[in-house]
Amino acid sequence: MIRIAVTTLLIIAVTCALASAQEDTIQVVTDTLSDSALAVIQPEVPSPAGKVLVNDTPNDNGGSVQINWTASADDTDGRIERYEIERKEVNASDDTYKVIGDATAGQTRITDNYAENGVEYVYRVVAVSLAQAGDGEMLEVKSYSESSAIVKASAQWFNTNRTVVLIFALVIGSLIVNYISQARKGKDLFIRKIAGLEAVDEAVGRATEMGKKIYYVPGTQDMENIQTIAGVTILGRVARLAAQYETDLDVPVSRSLVMVTAREIVKEAYMNVGRPDAFHEDTVHYLTDDQFGYAAAIDGMVVREKPATIFYMGAFYAESLILAETGNSIGAIQIAGTAMPAQLPFFVAACDYTLIGEELFAASAYLSKEPKLLGSLKGQDISKGLILAVIAIGVIIQTLGVYDFASLFRIAAD
Amino acid sequence: MRREIPLIITAVVGIAFVIQYFIPHSPFDRFEQLFSDWFFIIAACAIWLGALNLLKLSIIKVQRQKKDWQYSVIVIVSWLTMAIAGFAGGRGFQTPGTAFDWLYVNIYTPLSATMFAILAFFVASASYRAFRARNVQATLLLVAGFLVMMGRVLFDDIFFAPLGWDFQPLSEISSFIMNYPNLAGQRAIMIGIALGTVSTALRIMLGIERSYLGGGD
Repeated sequence: MIRIAVTTLLIIAVTCALASAQEDTIQVVTDTLSDSALAVIQPEVPSPAGKVLVNDTPNDNGGSVQINWTASADDTDGRIERYEIERKEVNASDDTYKVIGDATAGQTRITDNYAENGVEYVYRVVAVSLAQAGDGEMLEVKSYSESSAIVKASAQWFNTNRTVVLIFALVIGSLIVNYISQARKGKDLFIRKIAGLEAVDEAVGRATEMGKKIYYVPGTQDMENIQTIAGVTILGRVARLAAQYETDLDVPVSRSLVMVTAREIVKEAYMNVGRPDAFHEDTVHYLTDDQFGYAAAIDGMVVREKPATIFYMGAFYAESLILAETGNSIGAIQIAGTAMPAQLPFFVAACDYTLIGEELFAASAYLSKEPKLLGSLKGQDISKGLILAVIAIGVIIQTLGVYDFASLFRIAAD
Repeated sequence: MRREIPLIITAVVGIAFVIQYFIPHSPFDRFEQLFSDWFFIIAACAIWLGALNLLKLSIIKVQRQKKDWQYSVIVIVSWLTMAIAGFAGGRGFQTPGTAFDWLYVNIYTPLSATMFAILAFFVASASYRAFRARNVQATLLLVAGFLVMMGRVLFDDIFFAPLGWDFQPLSEISSFIMNYPNLAGQRAIMIGIALGTVSTALRIMLGIERSYLGGGD
């Protein structure tokens, strides 16, 4: 009898709580209630989450929906344990919501990355709080928000976050193509002197006079790295000079694909100057993919063979100083070029000449003196001038506080 | 055709990469991963070219008793030892306890660490040369380097904290040098590198730069 009475009281209490709640979609989880718990439970139903806003994730390849909601009124006092996010397909035969993720208390945004493109969905957010039963057991009490508007995931054809990049790429690309075109028409272009590249002839000549080898190190990265491409491009010019002067060239590489490419380049260079007989396949040889193994092998060769000239052209990491200092210790003339900013100080300290960043990419054009290539250099320099002008204008506007100039160039994260 | 086909492949792949950066829609969204996979598969297969080249040259050097041929013996023995240990271990050759793992942990790792450690001595010798106050620029470098180093160690705590100062002058100066003049210089270099990269990429995609294919301009 007592049990029936208590259960009746409980039902009355729950009914009252349901009636007083702001939302009509409140559920008390009682699955795990024990008999004793049933006797004393007084669930405090949390306020539901506010309006749920949904939108297709912008600038993506589809399959994603962003869900935003207003936090439950009870979220501020720590009553909310978490939010569960539920999803329902509008046109599906199964008309039920399914949990697709959860968010911690205080969080009001989640992304559903498992939506199908073109399928209509509605979402709702479930505020979950904990209630203590009479026997100390914790129970989950949930309240449901209203359903969101219908949303469909879709892929976009343009990433608007990258509009600024596109504009700059088009402007810079147009300038470069324009100057290449002018160079093709025979316009004389002035290119500033680059000391490191002016010294290439001298460095090769020195090795010839001394009757010693030239070492050419094209970095430790593979052919997918543009610095390596720039490095092996310069190798072609150096190999041509070495072939003309009949000087031994040694190209130790750390990647198989670089070996194959560099070998082809050196072979062509020897053929182009009419010295195919002087070319040996072993001129370009593989050592190891390992960074420090490569450095150790080259250091050993440098110390034993004492080359007169060493070129370091490409991408380098911590091995840069190990290589350059060893070359310095044997008195070789060293010319380095890299676009790794962290390694530049090491090369500057240990080498006779250093191509800093862009100069590495300019080297091939500079050494070839070919008008089309020089045209691209001119376009690159003019682009730099343009960027400097934009920076100067930005500094003035930003300093005066007239307008947030920098905001024009901010690229939102995807 | 020997030159045209590589040029066409380069141009198409280059343009595809540029497009996929701006267009997230399928099929462009898969290009980066697709080409990257292709590259790694080709590079993985090509490793044999390099490894066998190393072995071949070393064997020739030993056979002909060329200068310093003794080092090549070490290369051959090391090469074969690691290869045999790797193949003998089967699929789980890298798991702890295998012969390959033992060689890796007890020989390769210490040797690699030793080479890296040598860097400290090279930094010292290079710094000695770079920081000699031979002219105004080198003197500025010396002073800036000195201040940064002082700011990065405990000098503030040793000298100024006992005086009851909250202000840490050396640390502040160090941060200023790193955050303003140094950062400005780094960014200038980065802008130059970005422009150089764009320019080189355009030259390659347009087929103007061809020397990476071998020789001809």
